[in-house]
Amino acid sequence: MTPKLFTLLLEAALSTLGISLVSIAIGFVIAMLLSAALLSRKSIYILPARLFISFFRGVPLLVQLLLIYTLLPVIGINVPGIVAAIVGLSLCTAAYQAENLRGGFASVPRGLIEAADVAGFTGVHTFIRIRAPIALRLTFPALVNEAIMILKSSSLVSVVGIIEITKMAQDLASSTYQPIPIFASAALIYFVINSAIALLGRYAERSLKGASA
Amino acid sequence: MSVPAIAIRKLVKRFADTTVLQDIDLEIPEGKVSCLIGPSGSGKSTLLRCLAFLEEPTSGMITINGEALGFFEDDNGRRERLPANQIRAVRTKTGMVFQQFNLWPHMTALGNVSEALKLVRKVPKAEAEERAMAQLRKVGLENRAGHYPSQLSGGQQQRVAIARALALEPKIMLFDEPTSALDPELTGEVLNVMRDLAAEGMTMVVVTHEIGFAASVGQQISFLDHGRLLFSGPPAEIFAKPRHPRLEQFLDTYLDRGASMLA
Repeated sequence: MTPKLFTLLLEAALSTLGISLVSIAIGFVIAMLLSAALLSRKSIYILPARLFISFFRGVPLLVQLLLIYTLLPVIGINVPGIVAAIVGLSLCTAAYQAENLRGGFASVPRGLIEAADVAGFTGVHTFIRIRAPIALRLTFPALVNEAIMILKSSSLVSVVGIIEITKMAQDLASSTYQPIPIFASAALIYFVINSAIALLGRYAERSLKGASA
Repeated sequence: MSVPAIAIRKLVKRFADTTVLQDIDLEIPEGKVSCLIGPSGSGKSTLLRCLAFLEEPTSGMITINGEALGFFEDDNGRRERLPANQIRAVRTKTGMVFQQFNLWPHMTALGNVSEALKLVRKVPKAEAEERAMAQLRKVGLENRAGHYPSQLSGGQQQRVAIARALALEPKIMLFDEPTSALDPELTGEVLNVMRDLAAEGMTMVVVTHEIGFAASVGQQISFLDHGRLLFSGPPAEIFAKPRHPRLEQFLDTYLDRGASMLA
Protein backbone atom coordinates (compact mmCIF):
# COMPACT_ATOMS: atom_id res chain seq x y z
CA MET A 1 0.00 0.00 0.00
CA THR A 2 1.77 3.12 -1.22
CA PRO A 3 0.85 6.73 -0.44
CA LYS A 4 0.05 7.09 -4.14
CA LEU A 5 -2.63 4.39 -3.92
CA PHE A 6 -4.07 5.86 -0.75
CA THR A 7 -4.27 9.29 -2.41
CA LEU A 8 -6.25 7.75 -5.27
CA LEU A 9 -8.66 6.30 -2.74
CA LEU A 10 -9.00 9.67 -1.01
CA GLU A 11 -9.76 11.34 -4.32
CA ALA A 12 -12.47 8.77 -4.94
CA ALA A 13 -13.76 9.47 -1.41
CA LEU A 14 -14.43 13.05 -2.53
CA SER A 15 -16.91 11.85 -5.13
CA THR A 16 -18.52 9.52 -2.57
CA LEU A 17 -18.85 12.41 -0.15
CA GLY A 18 -19.99 14.95 -2.75
CA ILE A 19 -22.62 12.74 -4.35
CA SER A 20 -23.94 11.58 -0.96
CA LEU A 21 -24.19 15.00 0.63
CA VAL A 22 -25.88 16.58 -2.39
CA SER A 23 -28.32 13.66 -2.57
CA ILE A 24 -29.11 13.84 1.15
CA ALA A 25 -29.82 17.57 0.86
CA ILE A 26 -32.00 17.22 -2.24
CA GLY A 27 -33.69 14.18 -0.67
CA PHE A 28 -34.47 16.21 2.45
CA VAL A 29 -36.19 18.92 0.42
CA ILE A 30 -38.23 16.30 -1.45
CA ALA A 31 -39.04 14.53 1.84
CA MET A 32 -40.40 17.79 3.29
CA LEU A 33 -42.55 18.27 0.19
CA LEU A 34 -43.78 14.69 0.53
CA SER A 35 -44.59 15.33 4.20
CA ALA A 36 -46.51 18.47 3.30
CA ALA A 37 -48.44 16.46 0.71
CA LEU A 38 -49.24 13.72 3.25
CA LEU A 39 -50.50 16.33 5.74
CA SER A 40 -52.55 18.23 3.16
CA ARG A 41 -55.70 16.13 3.67
CA LYS A 42 -56.24 16.30 -0.09
CA SER A 43 -56.12 12.96 -1.84
CA ILE A 44 -54.74 14.46 -5.05
CA TYR A 45 -51.55 15.19 -3.08
CA ILE A 46 -51.63 12.29 -0.65
CA LEU A 47 -51.98 9.45 -3.16
CA PRO A 48 -49.02 10.38 -5.41
CA ALA A 49 -46.87 10.95 -2.32
CA ARG A 50 -47.76 7.53 -0.95
CA LEU A 51 -47.10 5.90 -4.32
CA PHE A 52 -43.72 7.64 -4.55
CA ILE A 53 -42.70 6.48 -1.08
CA SER A 54 -43.77 2.87 -1.55
CA PHE A 55 -42.07 2.65 -4.95
CA PHE A 56 -38.70 4.00 -3.85
CA ARG A 57 -38.75 1.99 -0.63
CA GLY A 58 -39.88 -1.16 -2.40
CA VAL A 59 -37.40 -1.33 -5.28
CA PRO A 60 -33.68 -1.98 -4.69
CA LEU A 61 -31.52 1.11 -5.11
CA LEU A 62 -29.33 -0.77 -7.56
CA VAL A 63 -32.32 -1.41 -9.82
CA GLN A 64 -33.47 2.23 -9.44
CA LEU A 65 -30.06 3.47 -10.55
CA LEU A 66 -29.93 1.15 -13.56
CA LEU A 67 -33.49 2.11 -14.48
CA ILE A 68 -32.83 5.84 -14.28
CA TYR A 69 -29.57 5.51 -16.20
CA THR A 70 -31.18 3.55 -19.05
CA LEU A 71 -34.64 5.15 -18.98
CA LEU A 72 -33.69 8.82 -19.18
CA PRO A 73 -31.92 8.60 -22.58
CA VAL A 74 -34.93 6.72 -24.00
CA ILE A 75 -37.27 9.60 -23.13
CA GLY A 76 -34.79 12.01 -24.69
CA ILE A 77 -32.88 13.18 -21.62
CA ASN A 78 -29.20 12.49 -21.96
CA VAL A 79 -27.55 12.79 -18.61
CA PRO A 80 -24.06 12.12 -17.40
CA GLY A 81 -23.63 9.30 -14.91
CA ILE A 82 -23.17 11.69 -12.02
CA VAL A 83 -26.62 13.22 -12.56
CA ALA A 84 -28.22 9.77 -12.78
CA ALA A 85 -26.42 8.84 -9.56
CA ILE A 86 -27.61 11.93 -7.70
CA VAL A 87 -31.18 11.60 -9.00
CA GLY A 88 -31.31 7.94 -7.96
CA LEU A 89 -29.87 8.47 -4.49
CA SER A 90 -31.99 11.60 -3.87
CA LEU A 91 -35.28 9.96 -4.77
CA CYS A 92 -34.47 6.90 -2.72
CA THR A 93 -33.40 8.78 0.40
CA ALA A 94 -36.38 11.15 0.01
CA ALA A 95 -38.71 8.18 0.45
CA TYR A 96 -36.90 6.97 3.58
CA GLN A 97 -36.56 10.46 5.06
CA ALA A 98 -40.26 11.10 4.47
CA GLU A 99 -41.06 7.89 6.35
CA ASN A 100 -38.80 8.97 9.22
CA LEU A 101 -40.36 12.43 9.31
CA ARG A 102 -43.88 11.01 9.27
CA GLY A 103 -43.58 9.84 12.86
CA GLY A 104 -42.22 13.25 13.85
CA PHE A 105 -45.06 15.10 12.17
CA ALA A 106 -47.58 12.79 13.82
CA SER A 107 -46.05 13.60 17.24
CA VAL A 108 -46.40 17.38 16.98
CA PRO A 109 -48.95 18.16 19.70
CA ARG A 110 -52.31 19.19 18.26
CA GLY A 111 -52.47 22.21 20.57
CA LEU A 112 -49.36 23.79 19.02
CA ILE A 113 -51.09 23.74 15.64
CA GLU A 114 -54.29 25.13 17.15
CA ALA A 115 -52.27 27.97 18.65
CA ALA A 116 -51.02 28.78 15.14
CA ASP A 117 -54.57 28.51 13.74
CA VAL A 118 -55.99 31.00 16.20
CA ALA A 119 -53.08 33.38 15.51
CA GLY A 120 -54.12 33.45 11.85
CA PHE A 121 -51.33 31.34 10.33
CA THR A 122 -52.09 29.85 6.92
CA GLY A 123 -51.51 26.13 6.41
CA VAL A 124 -48.19 26.85 4.71
CA HIS A 125 -47.05 29.15 7.54
CA THR A 126 -47.94 26.51 10.13
CA PHE A 127 -46.04 23.86 8.18
CA ILE A 128 -42.88 25.91 7.74
CA ARG A 129 -42.70 27.61 11.14
CA ILE A 130 -44.31 25.11 13.54
CA ARG A 131 -44.80 21.59 12.18
CA ALA A 132 -41.56 21.12 10.24
CA PRO A 133 -39.11 22.48 12.85
CA ILE A 134 -40.69 20.42 15.62
CA ALA A 135 -40.90 17.24 13.50
CA LEU A 136 -37.28 17.76 12.49
CA ARG A 137 -36.15 17.97 16.11
CA LEU A 138 -38.08 14.83 16.98
CA THR A 139 -36.67 12.80 14.09
CA PHE A 140 -33.17 14.21 13.85
CA PRO A 141 -31.33 11.06 15.08
CA ALA A 142 -33.16 8.96 12.47
CA LEU A 143 -32.21 11.43 9.76
CA VAL A 144 -28.52 11.26 10.73
CA ASN A 145 -28.82 7.49 10.54
CA GLU A 146 -30.32 7.80 7.08
CA ALA A 147 -27.42 10.04 5.99
CA ILE A 148 -24.97 7.33 7.04
CA MET A 149 -27.00 4.67 5.20
CA ILE A 150 -26.94 6.76 2.02
CA LEU A 151 -23.21 7.33 2.26
CA LYS A 152 -22.71 3.58 2.41
CA SER A 153 -25.28 2.90 -0.32
CA SER A 154 -23.47 5.34 -2.58
CA SER A 155 -21.04 2.51 -3.39
CA LEU A 156 -23.77 1.32 -5.76
CA VAL A 157 -23.41 4.33 -8.08
CA SER A 158 -20.42 2.63 -9.72
CA VAL A 159 -23.00 0.88 -11.91
CA VAL A 160 -23.67 4.18 -13.67
CA GLY A 161 -19.98 4.72 -14.29
CA ILE A 162 -18.98 6.76 -11.25
CA ILE A 163 -15.62 6.04 -9.69
CA GLU A 164 -16.14 6.30 -5.97
CA ILE A 165 -14.33 4.64 -3.07
CA THR A 166 -15.56 1.09 -3.58
CA LYS A 167 -15.11 1.07 -7.34
CA MET A 168 -11.66 2.64 -7.05
CA ALA A 169 -10.69 0.05 -4.46
CA GLN A 170 -11.84 -2.78 -6.72
CA ASP A 171 -9.89 -1.37 -9.67
CA LEU A 172 -6.76 -0.86 -7.58
CA ALA A 173 -7.05 -4.28 -6.01
CA SER A 174 -7.17 -6.01 -9.38
CA SER A 175 -4.33 -3.99 -10.86
CA THR A 176 -1.97 -4.22 -7.89
CA TYR A 177 -2.83 -7.68 -6.52
CA GLN A 178 -2.96 -6.18 -3.01
CA PRO A 179 -6.66 -6.52 -2.20
CA ILE A 180 -6.38 -6.69 1.58
CA PRO A 181 -4.57 -3.41 2.34
CA ILE A 182 -6.63 -1.61 -0.29
CA PHE A 183 -10.04 -2.81 0.93
CA ALA A 184 -8.95 -2.21 4.51
CA SER A 185 -8.06 1.38 3.58
CA ALA A 186 -11.41 1.82 1.85
CA ALA A 187 -13.16 0.52 4.97
CA LEU A 188 -11.15 2.93 7.11
CA ILE A 189 -12.13 5.91 4.92
CA TYR A 190 -15.84 5.00 5.12
CA PHE A 191 -15.53 4.55 8.86
CA VAL A 192 -13.87 7.93 9.41
CA ILE A 193 -16.40 9.81 7.25
CA ASN A 194 -19.38 8.17 8.94
CA SER A 195 -17.97 8.72 12.41
CA ALA A 196 -17.60 12.39 11.56
CA ILE A 197 -21.24 12.53 10.38
CA ALA A 198 -22.41 10.79 13.55
CA LEU A 199 -20.39 13.18 15.68
CA LEU A 200 -21.68 16.26 13.87
CA GLY A 201 -25.19 14.84 14.18
CA ARG A 202 -24.85 14.41 17.92
CA TYR A 203 -23.49 17.93 18.26
CA ALA A 204 -26.36 19.37 16.19
CA GLU A 205 -28.87 17.33 18.17
CA ARG A 206 -27.56 18.76 21.41
CA SER A 207 -27.74 22.35 20.23
CA LEU A 208 -31.26 21.79 18.88
CA LYS A 209 -32.26 20.33 22.21
CA GLY A 210 -30.98 23.39 24.00
CA ALA A 211 -33.52 25.34 22.02
CA SER A 212 -36.58 23.26 22.85
CA ALA A 213 -38.34 21.15 25.43
CA MET B 1 -76.65 48.74 23.58
CA SER B 2 -74.93 48.24 20.22
CA VAL B 3 -73.92 44.97 18.58
CA PRO B 4 -72.82 42.36 21.15
CA ALA B 5 -69.18 41.28 21.02
CA ILE B 6 -70.32 37.73 20.41
CA ALA B 7 -73.77 36.46 19.52
CA ILE B 8 -74.46 32.73 19.56
CA ARG B 9 -77.71 31.60 18.00
CA LYS B 10 -79.18 28.07 18.12
CA LEU B 11 -75.73 26.54 18.25
CA VAL B 12 -75.56 22.75 18.00
CA LYS B 13 -72.40 20.67 18.07
CA ARG B 14 -72.42 16.92 17.56
CA PHE B 15 -69.49 14.52 17.51
CA ALA B 16 -70.71 11.43 15.63
CA ASP B 17 -73.78 10.36 17.67
CA THR B 18 -73.10 12.48 20.75
CA THR B 19 -74.65 15.88 21.05
CA VAL B 20 -72.18 18.03 22.94
CA LEU B 21 -73.99 21.34 22.63
CA GLN B 22 -77.74 21.68 22.19
CA ASP B 23 -79.42 24.90 21.07
CA ILE B 24 -77.14 27.39 22.76
CA ASP B 25 -78.34 30.99 22.60
CA LEU B 26 -76.08 33.53 24.26
CA GLU B 27 -74.98 37.11 23.78
CA ILE B 28 -71.70 38.27 25.21
CA PRO B 29 -71.65 42.04 25.74
CA GLU B 30 -68.66 44.12 24.76
CA GLY B 31 -66.18 45.05 27.46
CA LYS B 32 -67.50 42.49 29.92
CA VAL B 33 -66.03 39.37 31.48
CA SER B 34 -68.22 36.40 30.71
CA CYS B 35 -67.52 33.16 32.57
CA LEU B 36 -68.68 29.75 31.43
CA ILE B 37 -68.98 27.33 34.32
CA GLY B 38 -70.33 23.86 34.71
CA PRO B 39 -69.27 20.29 35.46
CA SER B 40 -66.74 18.40 33.33
CA GLY B 41 -68.28 17.26 30.08
CA SER B 42 -70.93 19.97 30.18
CA GLY B 43 -69.71 21.32 26.84
CA LYS B 44 -68.26 24.62 28.06
CA SER B 45 -64.84 24.07 26.52
CA THR B 46 -66.42 22.92 23.25
CA LEU B 47 -68.50 26.09 23.21
CA LEU B 48 -65.36 28.21 23.66
CA ARG B 49 -63.56 26.22 20.96
CA CYS B 50 -66.48 26.93 18.62
CA LEU B 51 -65.99 30.65 19.30
CA ALA B 52 -62.34 30.27 18.21
CA PHE B 53 -63.47 28.15 15.24
CA LEU B 54 -61.30 25.28 16.45
CA GLU B 55 -64.50 23.26 16.32
CA GLU B 56 -66.98 23.73 13.52
CA PRO B 57 -70.58 24.02 14.71
CA THR B 58 -72.95 21.38 13.38
CA SER B 59 -75.64 24.02 12.99
CA GLY B 60 -76.49 27.45 14.28
CA MET B 61 -74.50 30.61 13.90
CA ILE B 62 -71.89 32.63 15.72
CA THR B 63 -71.23 36.27 14.99
CA ILE B 64 -68.22 38.19 16.25
CA ASN B 65 -68.84 41.97 16.32
CA GLY B 66 -71.71 41.34 13.94
CA GLU B 67 -69.66 39.32 11.43
CA ALA B 68 -70.47 35.65 10.81
CA LEU B 69 -67.78 33.21 11.97
CA GLY B 70 -67.12 30.32 9.62
CA PHE B 71 -70.64 29.78 8.40
CA PHE B 72 -73.45 32.01 7.34
CA GLU B 73 -76.89 30.64 8.12
CA ASP B 74 -80.08 32.29 6.89
CA ASP B 75 -83.45 32.14 8.60
CA ASN B 76 -84.42 29.00 6.70
CA GLY B 77 -81.44 27.14 8.13
CA ARG B 78 -79.55 27.12 4.82
CA ARG B 79 -75.92 27.46 5.59
CA GLU B 80 -72.88 28.30 3.63
CA ARG B 81 -69.24 27.97 4.53
CA LEU B 82 -67.37 31.24 4.25
CA PRO B 83 -64.06 31.44 2.36
CA ALA B 84 -60.89 30.65 4.31
CA ASN B 85 -59.47 34.18 4.18
CA GLN B 86 -62.70 35.59 5.58
CA ILE B 87 -62.67 33.00 8.37
CA ARG B 88 -59.12 34.07 9.20
CA ALA B 89 -60.15 37.73 9.13
CA VAL B 90 -62.99 37.21 11.62
CA ARG B 91 -60.77 35.01 13.78
CA THR B 92 -58.22 37.80 14.17
CA LYS B 93 -60.74 39.62 16.35
CA THR B 94 -60.30 36.95 19.00
CA GLY B 95 -57.25 35.77 20.91
CA MET B 96 -57.15 32.42 22.63
CA VAL B 97 -55.39 31.10 25.72
CA PHE B 98 -55.27 27.33 26.20
CA GLN B 99 -55.28 25.11 29.26
CA GLN B 100 -51.97 23.54 28.16
CA PHE B 101 -50.40 26.94 27.18
CA ASN B 102 -49.38 25.52 23.77
CA LEU B 103 -46.31 27.70 23.48
CA TRP B 104 -44.11 26.73 20.54
CA PRO B 105 -41.17 24.92 22.20
CA HIS B 106 -38.59 25.86 19.58
CA MET B 107 -39.07 29.60 20.02
CA THR B 108 -38.16 31.87 22.91
CA ALA B 109 -40.82 33.76 24.83
CA LEU B 110 -40.12 36.77 22.62
CA GLY B 111 -40.27 34.57 19.52
CA ASN B 112 -43.62 33.13 20.58
CA VAL B 113 -45.10 36.58 21.11
CA SER B 114 -43.64 38.22 17.98
CA GLU B 115 -44.05 35.34 15.51
CA ALA B 116 -47.60 36.06 14.33
CA LEU B 117 -46.88 39.79 14.12
CA LYS B 118 -44.00 39.09 11.74
CA LEU B 119 -45.56 36.24 9.79
CA VAL B 120 -49.26 37.11 9.66
CA ARG B 121 -49.32 40.86 10.15
CA LYS B 122 -46.10 41.45 8.20
CA VAL B 123 -44.78 43.82 10.85
CA PRO B 124 -41.02 44.44 10.37
CA LYS B 125 -38.88 42.37 12.74
CA ALA B 126 -37.61 45.21 14.92
CA GLU B 127 -41.06 46.70 15.42
CA ALA B 128 -42.64 43.28 16.00
CA GLU B 129 -40.10 42.53 18.72
CA GLU B 130 -40.60 45.91 20.29
CA ARG B 131 -44.36 45.34 20.44
CA ALA B 132 -43.85 41.79 21.72
CA MET B 133 -41.55 43.13 24.43
CA ALA B 134 -44.24 45.61 25.49
CA GLN B 135 -46.69 42.71 25.89
CA LEU B 136 -44.17 40.70 27.90
CA ARG B 137 -43.65 43.72 30.13
CA LYS B 138 -47.39 43.90 30.65
CA VAL B 139 -47.47 40.34 31.99
CA GLY B 140 -44.33 41.01 34.04
CA LEU B 141 -41.95 38.83 32.03
CA GLU B 142 -39.72 41.17 30.05
CA ASN B 143 -36.71 39.69 31.83
CA ARG B 144 -37.65 36.22 30.52
CA ALA B 145 -37.86 37.26 26.85
CA GLY B 146 -34.91 35.10 25.82
CA HIS B 147 -36.05 32.00 27.68
CA TYR B 148 -37.50 28.95 25.97
CA PRO B 149 -40.82 27.61 27.26
CA SER B 150 -39.05 24.62 28.85
CA GLN B 151 -37.09 27.09 31.00
CA LEU B 152 -40.23 28.75 32.36
CA SER B 153 -42.64 27.74 35.11
CA GLY B 154 -46.22 26.86 34.19
CA GLY B 155 -47.50 30.20 35.41
CA GLN B 156 -44.85 32.06 33.41
CA GLN B 157 -45.65 30.00 30.32
CA GLN B 158 -49.31 30.86 30.61
CA ARG B 159 -48.49 34.55 31.01
CA VAL B 160 -46.35 34.36 27.84
CA ALA B 161 -49.32 32.68 26.13
CA ILE B 162 -51.55 35.57 27.22
CA ALA B 163 -48.96 38.06 25.88
CA ARG B 164 -48.85 36.10 22.61
CA ALA B 165 -52.61 36.43 22.20
CA LEU B 166 -52.61 40.12 23.21
CA ALA B 167 -49.85 41.00 20.73
CA LEU B 168 -52.34 40.64 17.89
CA GLU B 169 -54.57 43.24 19.57
CA PRO B 170 -57.74 41.15 19.64
CA LYS B 171 -61.09 42.66 20.56
CA ILE B 172 -62.04 39.57 22.51
CA MET B 173 -59.94 37.18 24.60
CA LEU B 174 -61.00 33.56 24.99
CA PHE B 175 -59.61 31.59 27.93
CA ASP B 176 -59.99 27.81 28.07
CA GLU B 177 -59.45 26.75 31.69
CA PRO B 178 -56.28 28.88 31.83
CA THR B 179 -55.29 27.79 35.33
CA SER B 180 -56.36 24.13 35.33
CA ALA B 181 -52.88 22.85 34.45
CA LEU B 182 -51.19 24.96 37.12
CA ASP B 183 -50.15 24.30 40.70
CA PRO B 184 -52.36 26.27 43.07
CA GLU B 185 -49.47 28.57 43.98
CA LEU B 186 -49.00 29.53 40.30
CA THR B 187 -52.69 30.09 39.68
CA GLY B 188 -52.68 33.49 41.36
CA GLU B 189 -50.17 35.14 39.02
CA VAL B 190 -52.24 34.16 35.98
CA LEU B 191 -55.53 35.26 37.54
CA ASN B 192 -53.92 38.60 38.42
CA VAL B 193 -52.95 39.21 34.80
CA MET B 194 -56.52 38.37 33.81
CA ARG B 195 -57.90 40.74 36.45
CA ASP B 196 -55.73 43.55 35.05
CA LEU B 197 -56.99 42.80 31.58
CA ALA B 198 -60.61 42.87 32.76
CA ALA B 199 -59.98 46.20 34.47
CA GLU B 200 -58.80 47.62 31.14
CA GLY B 201 -62.18 46.77 29.66
CA MET B 202 -61.16 43.79 27.51
CA THR B 203 -64.05 41.58 26.45
CA MET B 204 -63.25 38.17 27.91
CA VAL B 205 -64.87 34.77 27.71
CA VAL B 206 -63.46 32.50 30.37
CA VAL B 207 -64.12 28.80 30.82
CA THR B 208 -63.08 28.19 34.39
CA HIS B 209 -63.31 26.04 37.47
CA GLU B 210 -62.17 29.00 39.57
CA ILE B 211 -65.58 29.85 41.00
CA GLY B 212 -64.07 32.56 43.20
CA PHE B 213 -62.63 34.29 40.14
CA ALA B 214 -65.90 33.92 38.24
CA ALA B 215 -67.90 35.38 41.12
CA SER B 216 -65.55 38.30 41.76
CA VAL B 217 -64.40 39.26 38.24
CA GLY B 218 -67.16 37.82 36.06
CA GLN B 219 -69.95 40.14 34.96
CA GLN B 220 -71.93 37.46 33.18
CA ILE B 221 -72.07 33.89 34.43
CA SER B 222 -73.36 31.12 32.21
CA PHE B 223 -73.96 27.66 33.61
CA LEU B 224 -73.81 24.70 31.27
CA ASP B 225 -74.88 21.16 32.04
CA HIS B 226 -75.10 18.22 29.62
CA GLY B 227 -74.62 20.46 26.62
CA ARG B 228 -77.37 22.88 27.52
CA LEU B 229 -77.13 26.42 28.76
CA LEU B 230 -79.22 26.21 31.93
CA PHE B 231 -79.10 29.91 32.79
CA SER B 232 -77.04 33.02 32.33
CA GLY B 233 -76.91 36.34 34.14
CA PRO B 234 -74.93 38.68 36.39
CA PRO B 235 -73.16 36.93 39.29
CA ALA B 236 -75.20 38.75 41.94
CA GLU B 237 -78.29 37.15 40.48
CA ILE B 238 -76.86 33.72 39.69
CA PHE B 239 -75.12 33.20 43.01
CA ALA B 240 -77.86 34.82 45.15
CA LYS B 241 -79.91 32.46 47.27
CA PRO B 242 -82.08 30.63 46.60
CA ARG B 243 -79.97 29.19 43.81
CA HIS B 244 -80.89 26.90 40.99
CA PRO B 245 -80.76 23.39 42.49
CA ARG B 246 -78.30 22.15 39.85
CA LEU B 247 -75.95 25.07 40.60
CA GLU B 248 -76.27 24.43 44.32
CA GLN B 249 -75.28 20.81 43.79
CA PHE B 250 -72.38 21.86 41.56
CA LEU B 251 -71.09 24.44 44.04
CA ASP B 252 -71.08 21.84 46.82
CA THR B 253 -68.40 19.94 44.93
CA TYR B 254 -66.38 23.12 44.35
CA LEU B 255 -66.04 24.51 47.86
CA ASP B 256 -62.28 24.16 47.67
CA ARG B 257 -62.16 26.18 44.43
CA GLY B 258 -63.18 29.41 46.03
CA ALA B 259 -66.89 28.68 46.04
CA SER B 260 -66.80 28.69 49.85
CA MET B 261 -66.85 32.49 49.73
CA LEU B 262 -70.37 32.19 48.33
CA ALA B 263 -71.64 29.90 51.09
